[in-house]
Amino acid sequence: MCQDCGCGDVNLVPLDVQKRILSRNDNVAAHNRGHFLERGIFAINLMGSPGSGKTAVLQATANAFDGDGGGKLAALAGDLATENDSNRVLNAGIRSRAVTTGQACHLDAELVHHELHHLDLAGVEYLFIENVGNLVCPAVYDLGQAVNVVALSVTEGEDKPLKYPTMFAKADLVLLTKVDLLPHLGVSMDAILDSLARSMPVPNVIALSAREGFGVDDWLAWLQRSRVDAFQEVMA
Amino acid sequence: MHEYSIVQSLVDSVAAAVGAREAAVHRVDVAIGELAGVDTALLTTAFEVFRAGTICENAALKIDRIAALWECPRCRASIARGAFLRCQACNEPAHLAAGDEIVLQRIEMEVS
Repeated sequence: MCQDCGCGDVNLVPLDVQKRILSRNDNVAAHNRGHFLERGIFAINLMGSPGSGKTAVLQATANAFDGDGGGKLAALAGDLATENDSNRVLNAGIRSRAVTTGQACHLDAELVHHELHHLDLAGVEYLFIENVGNLVCPAVYDLGQAVNVVALSVTEGEDKPLKYPTMFAKADLVLLTKVDLLPHLGVSMDAILDSLARSMPVPNVIALSAREGFGVDDWLAWLQRSRVDAFQEVMA
Repeated sequence: MHEYSIVQSLVDSVAAAVGAREAAVHRVDVAIGELAGVDTALLTTAFEVFRAGTICENAALKIDRIAALWECPRCRASIARGAFLRCQACNEPAHLAAGDEIVLQRIEMEVS
């Protein structure tokens, strides 16, 4: 109660906090990141809408690496239900583990940390974390990744990046997938690139067709270059 | 719909900040950036549902929405909404100076 006049009002005391609400997730993500750096693992948070072609990109990556490139590739495949994507990646030759989230629309650092204990990471240089198909929630949670890669299929429309600015603002690279379908769609590549330049400060884009194998070499070159850059930054 | 998971973290953060003090939480102030990926209406609904039985049971939620601000990291010129995210003068990629906040700012406690 108010001590001054006996009016019956409660005493309200402010407490300044100024702390990120997801600081617990951030701490676990930092732990994951340290783990990756120590082991020379370049972790990729692969995000995109359901059906944007994330799993097909991983399958094409496996084909280009001739399986898992002698143990260099591994994947965690997140989905609400089923282990189908993980099995697809496994069948393509990449050691993989499914992360089923139940109703959760995104992966968080804790889930990734838990699954890492069940995945053999010896010799792994690239860990693909295929997030749940969703262009909103996954952008909010740091997993400890080195880079964010967003798969955007040309079938999704020219202005998708403008509709989901948070996801694209955080992307280090956009894989523009299914470009073999462009002749059938009446979609302008220039219009997609224009939307990306208004959503991403550094609009790195690789046009790719997992089915035709187009652009996969550029994607692998980007991965290799980014891994070298990431570890040079740490050494510097 | 990750707003429930954000509210869960918010309630945990409030409990940690209040600590051992014998105080009821009267109000919780948060800052949510326009580009944070959090829907403030859903956050309010999630808070109203989730606060029952927690330290925030009788607390009001005040959300301070922070507008996105892209600016040039060199000359600090702001980049207009919807424009290319690159400074026309310096040719530098824009930097997000504000708008990605998901922050517990302060708590108002009732003490007797």
